[in-house]
Amino acid sequence: MLHLTLFLAFAVVAVAGAVNLLAQRHPINSALSLIAVMAALAGEYLLLGAEFVAAIQVIVYAGAIMVLFVFVIMLLNAGVEERTNGSRVAIVFGIPGMLIGGVLVAWAVLRSSGGEQVAIGALPGPPAEIANLLFHEFLLPFEITSILILIAIMGAVVLASKPQAVQKRKEH
Amino acid sequence: MPIWLFIVVSVIKSIILLFILLTAVAYSVWLERKVVGHMQNRWGPTRVGPFGLLQPAADGLKFLFKEDLTPPHVYKPLYIAAPMIAVVFALTSISVIPFGNSVTIGGYSIPFQVTDVNTGLLLILGVTSIGVYGVALAGWSSNNKYSLLGGLRASAQMVSYEISLGLSLVGVLIMAGSFSLRQIVDAQAGHFWGFIPRWNIFHGQIIGFFCYLIAAYAETNRVPFDLPEAETELVAGYHTEYSAMKFAMFFMAEYANMITVACLATLLFLGGWRGPVFGPPILQAILPVFWFFVKVFCFMFVYIWVRGTLPRFRYDQLMAFGWKFLLPLAILNLIGTAVAVAW
Amino acid sequence: MVPLSYYLVLSGILFACGVTGFLIKRNIITIFMSIELMLNGVNLSFVAFAAHWHALAGQVFVFFVMVVAAAESAVGLAIIIAVFRARETLNADQLNLLKL
Repeated sequence: MLHLTLFLAFAVVAVAGAVNLLAQRHPINSALSLIAVMAALAGEYLLLGAEFVAAIQVIVYAGAIMVLFVFVIMLLNAGVEERTNGSRVAIVFGIPGMLIGGVLVAWAVLRSSGGEQVAIGALPGPPAEIANLLFHEFLLPFEITSILILIAIMGAVVLASKPQAVQKRKEH
Repeated sequence: MPIWLFIVVSVIKSIILLFILLTAVAYSVWLERKVVGHMQNRWGPTRVGPFGLLQPAADGLKFLFKEDLTPPHVYKPLYIAAPMIAVVFALTSISVIPFGNSVTIGGYSIPFQVTDVNTGLLLILGVTSIGVYGVALAGWSSNNKYSLLGGLRASAQMVSYEISLGLSLVGVLIMAGSFSLRQIVDAQAGHFWGFIPRWNIFHGQIIGFFCYLIAAYAETNRVPFDLPEAETELVAGYHTEYSAMKFAMFFMAEYANMITVACLATLLFLGGWRGPVFGPPILQAILPVFWFFVKVFCFMFVYIWVRGTLPRFRYDQLMAFGWKFLLPLAILNLIGTAVAVAW
Repeated sequence: MVPLSYYLVLSGILFACGVTGFLIKRNIITIFMSIELMLNGVNLSFVAFAAHWHALAGQVFVFFVMVVAAAESAVGLAIIIAVFRARETLNADQLNLLKL
């Protein structure tokens, strides 16, 4: 009962945040509601026992990636979103389409599941065991992601640096 | 322990801790003014009470009774929420910090800690990384160019230095093999050759401590990295438009963050509450807490000392230092520790 | 005890909100945030399935998704900054030319 209550509380926060992300017209409000969604999901992970994933969710997603988003919104001084013809068409077709799709998926999931239950803290994910998996079984993907990150850093630096600076670097 | 007793004890502990923390915040402001004053050949606060000891109370009263101005051009919801975000997350992170061993009252062992989480360190890192939003949103919602610049600087600086901060802690984590702050302190028990304590700072983590120290100064926006509020160029940075209690909240958040950082340094590198323990049982229960506070005080003193000594960095120097010097140094420290432990 | 399907439905709702945002939003930063929302929805079902099958690999997958999301957001935001410099707009409808 406690588990269900907590699950529903976090779920309500997550869904409200997600809907608010769509409803808000200023990007910074959308970003803040996305942070609320992420915090609520961290709570859901804790309920499932995945404490390490919950901590990483808060540190990486809410604490680093979303700070980057807020930073860019502040840097570009992004204002309120304008309504154009394209956005009206998208709203008219997008929202009903997604509602139908969502209801279909939910119906399929609820129908096909055989009533499997998940207990509170079902699978504790202690950092040591996750590290064991990561550095033995998933070592190759892990190394590949590190290369991916390196490429992403270099790409970001090249893309975001001013064009004149790039020109100067070429001349030297 | 029955659940109701657990809840009652937790609530009492939280209230006591909050009281101690806020008093410590108030008196670290007093300490800073006094010490910096003496370094600059001045007296610092002297008028209110002996040695100006009642100055924090006077300041608090003044903050309460000042008019709370809200400029007309601000984005109100976030303008009001920003100082609250800053202060709430600054005060939350102290909750997993252990101040000493446990005492036994009425057959129950009660630790000097609000809650013992086995991923305590991750929790502190997570909470402090959320705290950036207070500063960033304050800068943005004030709708003022100085505030915006301060907020931008703060978010860039804090995200950059958080990486070095996290990496400098990994060395300690490898040696202790746990995220629990209590177990990290327990791993530092004992002495080398009978007299040098086996604290991490004497146990090969001197470079890690150095990285942590610098990154922590940048994380808390203190001199020499106080660019988000650099008064010579940005008026007051992100809190330019704030007054009265809202300003006081940012002030409290900054000093509470300093205290958290000092506690963390004590736990991770300086052996936590370990120190010579002697005398009757009651003294033996109190002394570890005393040693903990002495170490935290020393760390805070260094903070103030640095403020009285060093000039401010330029912004490009700050970024270059963080990415080109501190980050490689922290990675080298990590590799060195890993090799030494694996040996 | 909570049925596994509840977690999946929640994850589906979040994913659907992400797709909707991707379709109806016109600001590229918000569109980008909708993608992050979709990734978050998927992560939840990974963790729920991990708990259900008692396989920690599900949690490791979440770790990988986060790493990819971090890399993606770094590059994506850099692209947004570059686009804003060239066009002075963040509206996706006005970014309809292939040349500068």
